[in-house]
Amino acid sequence: MSKPAIETVDLQRAFGGIKAVQGIDLAVAPGEVYGFLGPNGAGKTTTVRMLVTLLRPTGGHATIAGFDVARQPAEVRRRIGVALQEAALDLLMTGRELMELQATLHGIPRRTVAPRAAELIARVGLSNAAERRVGTYSGGMRRRLDLAMALIHEPEVLFLDEPTTGLDPTSRTTLWEEVRRLRDEGTTVFLTTQYLEEADVLADRVGIIDAGRLVAEGTPAALKAEVGLPHLDITLLGDAPDADAAGRAVEPFGKLCLAGPGVTVSLRVADGAAAIAPVVRALDEAGFAVEGIELVRPTLDDVFAEKTGHRLEGAETAAPEGDPDAEAPDPDAGAPPPPVPA
Amino acid sequence: MSALARVAVPSLALARRTLRGALRRPQFLAPLVIMPTLFLAINTGGLHRTTDLPGFPKVDGFLDFQLAGAMTQSLLLGGVMQGIGAALEIEGGFFDRLVASPIPRVSIVLGRILAGTVIAAAQVLWFLVLGIVFGVTIHGGVPGALLVLSIGAVAGTGFAALGVLIALRARNASTVQGIFPLVFVVLFVSSAFFPRALLQSPASWFAEWNPLSYVADGMRDPIVGQVSATPVLEGLGAAALLVAAFVGLAVLALRGRLRTA
Repeated sequence: MSKPAIETVDLQRAFGGIKAVQGIDLAVAPGEVYGFLGPNGAGKTTTVRMLVTLLRPTGGHATIAGFDVARQPAEVRRRIGVALQEAALDLLMTGRELMELQATLHGIPRRTVAPRAAELIARVGLSNAAERRVGTYSGGMRRRLDLAMALIHEPEVLFLDEPTTGLDPTSRTTLWEEVRRLRDEGTTVFLTTQYLEEADVLADRVGIIDAGRLVAEGTPAALKAEVGLPHLDITLLGDAPDADAAGRAVEPFGKLCLAGPGVTVSLRVADGAAAIAPVVRALDEAGFAVEGIELVRPTLDDVFAEKTGHRLEGAETAAPEGDPDAEAPDPDAGAPPPPVPA
Repeated sequence: MSALARVAVPSLALARRTLRGALRRPQFLAPLVIMPTLFLAINTGGLHRTTDLPGFPKVDGFLDFQLAGAMTQSLLLGGVMQGIGAALEIEGGFFDRLVASPIPRVSIVLGRILAGTVIAAAQVLWFLVLGIVFGVTIHGGVPGALLVLSIGAVAGTGFAALGVLIALRARNASTVQGIFPLVFVVLFVSSAFFPRALLQSPASWFAEWNPLSYVADGMRDPIVGQVSATPVLEGLGAAALLVAAFVGLAVLALRGRLRTA
């Protein structure tokens, strides 16, 4: 592998007595899209803030394009583009003005500032809004502008911290397309997300972080293959069905595993769909009424559960592209979309 | 690019942005002159016979004397505005965007302070025009008016730096707003609103050592009489001292903040 675009060795950050990041080792190759997946409070943003020189590590070290984030921060800043979790934009300025300011701050020659800004504004589909103040933009438009600003100097490494949190499906799809295009152009992208599908769809490799530690790393396919078998998510009728008893009834057909929200019993099965009929029969004989049963292929959430012993908080998945039933939250709202059980 | 240009280009770009924002948010800009103007109207309307006090400097009217006090008060309010603006940038994350940019750290501070300089000159100009409209004669003529503008702009730069310094230490706008009234106490123990010679101890002692006294007297001198070197130079010197002290401290505060981040 050529020199990593991003490399961390035992990277740590503590706030007083709280260890937010507890020794992360990772290496991201040039041109790779690396998905950093974890629940709220896992340490994703703290890690990103250290990598983009906004926070100093309290242990270990990290390099970006070969430059140490603590000892050579100016060199690092020249090579990175950053779109942080909250699109911190000046709401009183127009999109074009902000782009041009960002270009000036990155030392782009004056004669190329305007055309470069216009090109990127067009690329993220904001040409018609370029002369409007950013305060009038929707949440999705702000994120797209933020992304365009992060790209103004053609960075070697782009950091996107939860770029689609709180976005409606259309805006999310637009951003996904842009990330794919960046990957095709060879830009290294470090993407934090709490959305399983986002990491699955966009990332070449995924690192799963929990409680400040990297608990798993690999391609989405390899990680899911580690978990192996599909599982049946079984939901039983009744206010509080006896999950233990139901588990005992179905255990002969597979291996019990951690059930997600709203699911009574989860059973890893070797036979796939062929296991459904005998499992339903067994439950019926044990006196349980089945409300629903679903065969689920391994997901990154299964990987997360396997590695940590608990499900990703809220088990949030991004709304599927083009799903007409997907709930579109207020684009200006900061809250993530409602959780969908994995 | 020379070292100077590396600092100047982003600093000026950020100053332009701050000025643009100020013009687009008149509700923040207007109080800088409206409140001191109201104070000026109340003081000159109700206390105009103060000029009859024995030992009061020879002036055409109380408005002539008070004008420099209103300017100083307005400039301090300008510092408050820059402090709140900087704190809002820290709270909102725009500050992080600047920190993550490949610009000299000093430009992050200088951008806002330079905008403070321009706004300060505009504030002083407002009061000069206001004074002339209400019958004040600028005895120092155009050169005198330019000196008043210069002292005001330099002092305003220092107050803007003070605002940024407080914002960097406090990190939120409400704390900046809470701390700044203390600064006004310093204004009232200066000769901004009352001649130093008529103040009694301990106020006279404070006023003697208070740089705001020299800033106000320096701006007052070309208004109430022919330009004389001592008060003008003292005014410029005091204003320059404020700039040196507060810009230096603001830059140190930024470095300290980034070092401990």
